[in-house]
Amino acid sequence: MSLSKIKFDKKIVLSFWIILIALIIAAPTLLPVFRLNLLGRYLSLSIVALGVDLIWGYTGLLSLGQGIFFALGGYCAAMYLQITSSSEFPNNIPEFFALYGVEKLPFFWEPFRSPVFTFFAIWIIPALVAGLIGFLVFRNRIKGVYFSILTQASLLVFFNFFNGQQKLINGTNGLKTDVTQLFGQMVGSESMQRIFFWITATIVIAAWFFAKWVVKGRFGNILIGIRDDEPRVRFTGYNPVIFKTIIFSIAGGLAGISGALYTVQSGIVSPQFMTVPFSIEMVIWVAVGGRGTLLGAILGAVFINYAKSLVSEALPASWMFIQGGLFILVVTALPEGVLGWIQGDGPRNLLQRFGLKRKIETYPSLEVNNKEGNNE
Amino acid sequence: MELLLDSLFNGVAIGSVLLVAALGLAIVFGLMGVINLAHGELMMLGAYTTYVTQLIFKLPILKPFYNSYILISIFLAFIVSGVVGILLEKTIIRKLYGSPLETLLATWGVSLILQQFVRSVPLAYGTGLVISLLIGLFLPTTFPSKIKESINFKYFKFSSWIFASLTGVLTGSIISSSVSKLSRASARNVDVTAPSWMRGQVEIIGTAFPKTRLMIIVITLISVIAITLFLNQSAWGMRIRAVTQNRQMSDCLGISTEKVDIITFGIGSGLAGVAGVAVSLLGSVGPNVGGNYIVGCFMVVVLGGVGNLLGTVLASFGIGIMTDLIGAGRLLSIWPDMPLPLSNTINFFATTSMARVMIFALIVIFLQFKPTGLFPQKGRMVEN
Repeated sequence: MSLSKIKFDKKIVLSFWIILIALIIAAPTLLPVFRLNLLGRYLSLSIVALGVDLIWGYTGLLSLGQGIFFALGGYCAAMYLQITSSSEFPNNIPEFFALYGVEKLPFFWEPFRSPVFTFFAIWIIPALVAGLIGFLVFRNRIKGVYFSILTQASLLVFFNFFNGQQKLINGTNGLKTDVTQLFGQMVGSESMQRIFFWITATIVIAAWFFAKWVVKGRFGNILIGIRDDEPRVRFTGYNPVIFKTIIFSIAGGLAGISGALYTVQSGIVSPQFMTVPFSIEMVIWVAVGGRGTLLGAILGAVFINYAKSLVSEALPASWMFIQGGLFILVVTALPEGVLGWIQGDGPRNLLQRFGLKRKIETYPSLEVNNKEGNNE
Repeated sequence: MELLLDSLFNGVAIGSVLLVAALGLAIVFGLMGVINLAHGELMMLGAYTTYVTQLIFKLPILKPFYNSYILISIFLAFIVSGVVGILLEKTIIRKLYGSPLETLLATWGVSLILQQFVRSVPLAYGTGLVISLLIGLFLPTTFPSKIKESINFKYFKFSSWIFASLTGVLTGSIISSSVSKLSRASARNVDVTAPSWMRGQVEIIGTAFPKTRLMIIVITLISVIAITLFLNQSAWGMRIRAVTQNRQMSDCLGISTEKVDIITFGIGSGLAGVAGVAVSLLGSVGPNVGGNYIVGCFMVVVLGGVGNLLGTVLASFGIGIMTDLIGAGRLLSIWPDMPLPLSNTINFFATTSMARVMIFALIVIFLQFKPTGLFPQKGRMVEN
């Protein structure tokens, strides 16, 4: 892997960033509102994909329950918006409470009157929940598929709970944010959506750098160690439980941020965010993009979702076939994902097959070492 | 007493649905270590098989035998799901042994494809496809060994696939022309109506039990007994157990592990089909019917201890009885004057969805104390 990782020139990197930032700034004027909104949503989904890549691609924990943290972040944001714009409703509480005869705001929603609290709650609450679930699971050395099954079961627990609680969180209907107000502006309005798009794009880039920072250095090495040989990490004297819990709660926090951004752009948060298929889809974005590449997770989330919306518009029935086929294809033929394939030996092998590129020497490490030696 | 009996029966009824659904999974997951997320969809295929059989038995020729269609559909569902399972094993799962997480993702993809398949392909042609798969996969194995060993075997195989596909198309078109309901694709849920002898209730010691529930309990009982006998008494059962315990050693001793894998997976999938028949008796059948059961099934297997049928049985009945106790708030009627905070808590959880929350939470707590389930596999394996 390290052999073929492409190193770019500084100028290329710089111009890449300039183009990227220019595109982000220009996107609202280039794209129609509908498409812009979709792009913003998919960008926010790429944050949760980054989290999945951290825990699955780097640490080898396949979580099928990221929807929990995603939805928790969404609920935090939506409830704050509902509460702040509920001044004209009876009792100064969101409208839906009146439908179920609730007259007082449930106590755990009280702190959400404050924007500062909400700002932190959006990522801290999911991170804490993830840390708790993770700690309970990892402590018992439950791992591999059992971990996946347990996260899926917890997802169902949360789904059923949120679905059944009308009086606390409006149950199946979820919380709408379209018509709520933020800083005197309607959240669903065009100008707000444009700002949300910019915020999302910035946070995606920030989250990307954050994730890169997390996997860099010794912490990242231990994560990879856990993925590749956990008993050995333990025998070396590290306690994998702590590292797994930390990385799982980081992923949870990222999912929370992602959920909040997605909610304000899609206009609603509902228990549908916690369905089993949605959480598995998150994994497939990473799998297609390339696990353990971070950038692959972002690209995978954006492109697959865009493909999904385009295909569903043209041929509604065929998306399930395509998605199912994609799962099978990626797992059997492209286990490293698209980006992993490009960064690895994929293109070279392909060119070789058509006779376009000469074969590499039998001992590539020798070749590299010699070159380095010559430079000295 | 009556209340207790009623509660027990309800619990056993819920548990037996879980058990019959989890049984196939206990074999596939427990013995082979394969996570099959398409298990629910194999159940769905079984349920649809029941529906198709029912409609075919309404044809004038088969009308006199209509009452027995449910028994035949159990048999057919086993074969249909088993064949699809074997195809799955041969094409995808075989490549992924030893990498359970990849298997999980690939089988999820399969489950999506199967769901969309029953939505967008007319059931008549689906039946034809299954028939051609059945012939194509099994006809070559019935050839005399002289042909099997000859160098031209692949041509025989090829021609049997051609024959199979022709038969499939033919049956598909016959069914679609004779049963109009099966000739069009539809995403709507369908209903299986139980034959007249299965409707109504039976009274035992003053309590009325619905006959369909009893039927499900009987199906479960027969499946459990049959599979236990198969695993413990038959030669292939012994081979399966041997491969489970030590694959390499069994391979060295001349057991064809490839065949064992196919048979194990086929039986596990077939049992999913039988579970589908049971599920079709409970409510309407739709493309998503399997998804409702899959997580519950996994919890049963994990709770019972992997690779242990007795654990699976106990776990599913335990979950069934607990679901009924919590979901119907029965503790309140058993002990009417309990203190207020406790009764409030029980009322809070006394709905179907909240009961599930409670049950899953209890399972997660239980796994804190016994991470490997009720009956863990003994051994001194280092991890993995």
